[in-house]
Amino acid sequence: MTEEPMRGNRRSFRHLPQNSTNSDVGPPAYQRGWSANIPSCNAQLFGKINLPVSAEIRCVVALAITCVWDSEVVLRGFSRNSFHDLKGCFAKHMTAQEVRLCGLLLQEHFGEVVERIGTHLLRGGAQNLRTIANETNTPLDLVKKSLCVLVQHGACEFGSGRRGPGSPVEYRASCERVLRVLRYPRYIYTAKTLYGDTGELIVEEVLQRGHMTMSNTVKTVADRLTHNMEEGRSMEYSEVVSAFSKLVETHFLQRCPPVAEMGTAATSTTPATPSTPAAPASTSPPTAESNPDCYKLPHVTLIGRGKRRRSSDDSEEQRGGKKAKMDSESCGDEGIYWLVNFERFHQHFRDQAIISAVASKLDQTSSEIVRTMLRMSEVTTTQTAAYTQPLSANEIFRSLPPNYSISRPILDQYLSLLVDDPMEFVGKSGDSGGGMYVVNLQRALANLARATLESVVQERFGSRSARIFRLLLRKRHLEQKQVEDFAMIPAKEAKDMLYTLLSENLVQLQEIPKTPDHAPSRTFYLYTVNQLPTARLLLQHCYKTVANLIERRLFETKENKRLLEKSQRIEAILASLQASGAEPEQLTEVEEMITAPERQQLEALRHHINKLDSTENQVDETVFLLESYIFSTKTKRERGREGGEPGG
Amino acid sequence: MLRKQRVSFSNNAGLKKIQNRNSGTRNKDTVIACWKQQPTHSADMAGGKGRGIAAFSFNIESLGLSRGNMPQTREGPNKLYPDVEFKPVPLKEGEDEDYMLALKQEIRGTMRLLPHNIKPLAGKGDVERYKERYQRQNMLDEEWTPDWQLFPKELMPQKKKLNVKPVGAKKKPIKVSSKEKADVLSKLDELEKKDVKSDEEKEEKKTTEEGEEEEIEGEELEEEELEEENDYIASYFEDGDDFGAGSDENMDEGATY
Repeated sequence: MTEEPMRGNRRSFRHLPQNSTNSDVGPPAYQRGWSANIPSCNAQLFGKINLPVSAEIRCVVALAITCVWDSEVVLRGFSRNSFHDLKGCFAKHMTAQEVRLCGLLLQEHFGEVVERIGTHLLRGGAQNLRTIANETNTPLDLVKKSLCVLVQHGACEFGSGRRGPGSPVEYRASCERVLRVLRYPRYIYTAKTLYGDTGELIVEEVLQRGHMTMSNTVKTVADRLTHNMEEGRSMEYSEVVSAFSKLVETHFLQRCPPVAEMGTAATSTTPATPSTPAAPASTSPPTAESNPDCYKLPHVTLIGRGKRRRSSDDSEEQRGGKKAKMDSESCGDEGIYWLVNFERFHQHFRDQAIISAVASKLDQTSSEIVRTMLRMSEVTTTQTAAYTQPLSANEIFRSLPPNYSISRPILDQYLSLLVDDPMEFVGKSGDSGGGMYVVNLQRALANLARATLESVVQERFGSRSARIFRLLLRKRHLEQKQVEDFAMIPAKEAKDMLYTLLSENLVQLQEIPKTPDHAPSRTFYLYTVNQLPTARLLLQHCYKTVANLIERRLFETKENKRLLEKSQRIEAILASLQASGAEPEQLTEVEEMITAPERQQLEALRHHINKLDSTENQVDETVFLLESYIFSTKTKRERGREGGEPGG
Repeated sequence: MLRKQRVSFSNNAGLKKIQNRNSGTRNKDTVIACWKQQPTHSADMAGGKGRGIAAFSFNIESLGLSRGNMPQTREGPNKLYPDVEFKPVPLKEGEDEDYMLALKQEIRGTMRLLPHNIKPLAGKGDVERYKERYQRQNMLDEEWTPDWQLFPKELMPQKKKLNVKPVGAKKKPIKVSSKEKADVLSKLDELEKKDVKSDEEKEEKKTTEEGEEEEIEGEELEEEELEEENDYIASYFEDGDDFGAGSDENMDEGATY
């Protein structure tokens, strides 16, 4: 090893040659970008092996190749042909926490059977129908039904098997898509704020059913709205249609991707790979975006009004309506199904997060400026862009909302303030047109994630530990002594805090040997914080948190099941009594069937469950932020990899 | 000579002490010196002070520890619920959060009632419970037919008959006529079917498990449909067929197998 002898007080390790033979020098393997290389090496390794499809064997092999990150077991799926190479939602590695959370979500929303099938698919990768039925000991019927439900909601995809078009169909579940279920309330609420009650109901219906045709949605929503209106008024279909079209125009709803026929020529929907007529379905399955008609409304004329449901012959009219639907009313948009475009919602959430961050850091006017910039670049920015298209100050000035009339020099001052801000939300990319400005999306996300990490450390370990954490984030590598000095914390306490953070894996220890034999007395030990792995760690903690919250809620409900049932029965009795016009004495008599302590218990139970539910929603906000950050770095690395190394 | 050689590896300070102490007989010296040297051997490699005292192989100071204040040793596994020093931040409150909370609970409730929610096959009790009737009323759109264009063919429920119609169409005639729910008649029908089915099963060559499951399923579906008023049901569920086998099938199914 060609290194200079240590001199004096040189503490930096820059003098060490970068290409040292010792693999211990430098960041540990699992931080070095190993995770970026995993898909390709996974593909290379598994591509050549024709292992039998036993889940246990797969686990063992996967563990042998991968690293165990913080005692989370990372499970891998196979990657054979390109059907299995799906990027995006069908990520190949899911952690145990993710699978557990997915299982709980599936159970809450779709029942136990779907949960069993779903978790089996998530753990085991792509499998065909018979395997699933045999390994889960479920009758074939139920397996088929569950798979239908999963495919309907987009949580599962099917494709031709490993051995080519002739082999049985294989199904693959998507962890990410199932985790979206946690975010449904947020999507619906956003639709409500943007497009009112009609928009809200449309999105809710489509989310609940997986995917629906436009005519179906319009009718159902009109019926629901009519139900809530006063007597004699009903909702016009045209209003619902206009709300629907607005949602489609702004890309919140999109068409379902057409299904590639299995075994026949792939439909020409993937622009990347030109499909030849003889090619089997080996091109990647078409995503919704690849369909050129993705956002085109079908030409249907829906004329009518919502039907009000009478409570007495409820089921009759429902069945009658359904019968009518099945029989004659084909509105001309059969086969065109719409689903919710989650990515567009995520863009919206991300913009909201950036704007509120700017508002809290600077002031309202700057946040309005950033909001204007983001609004102007909504359609021109791709989902994975690192920054928006450059906008000139003139354009921004013209597009400011009318109630924020600030003068041009003031705008320029604000823009320069934004550019100089250390959070780096806005960057300047040129001087033409009064200055070209971009919103640094990726950097904004990274800064938001960093703020989240710092806030977590602060809330869990106190502000002095947070100071140490921030210090390490900025200064990268520091020795014990330097940490004490820079953070201005007495040695003993600093040591304590560092070790607590170390035991929680928020801080890592990096060894820099001075001699080839790694003698511990002659090695530097530096503390370091890496933002990306720490963000991943916290994300897993969040998943675990939500899973724990759900389990606790289920436990609480189960504990008080008897009481809940009793209260439900009494409510039903009360409702029926009121409908049939009973006297107040009868009502109070029925109400008194629940004693006061029971009422208290019920109240406490309701309070707990509400708190747990609300917490789930709010943890999901953190989950969203961390997920967006991690996803943005993934695309950045892929872009860098593609650009830099043609070999890959 | 031998001793000198060994001595050359050890610390000088240690040797002097030994020499001072063991000024007695030679024999004892060698023995004791040998014994005493061994700790110093390893002590040197352990950093120089040694002689049986706990020594670390690296520089303790660099980690900020010192002899005086070492961290406490662990006495066992961590507590299951460790003490929390800092209380968590209270939840955000506001009408946004309240609305989303209400939405979440509503979604959960509604999705339980949708046909997407697949119930495991519960063994049917011999008497239909009273509450089941009301629970069934709550189910929204009890049946759901996926659009088979978007689904692989193998997920369609298999039919023995030639015309493979989707599930929903089959159910329509049954549903329409099942507006009148006669519980007594339904019970009679089910008992009757059970008899017929048990005959069939003996003749079928399918695995008993699959047959049973489908039979129970068939019964469950029948129950969901709320039987018609006549004793002669238009469609029976054959073993091996899941849903509404041909409506034009007559009831004496014992003959076909």
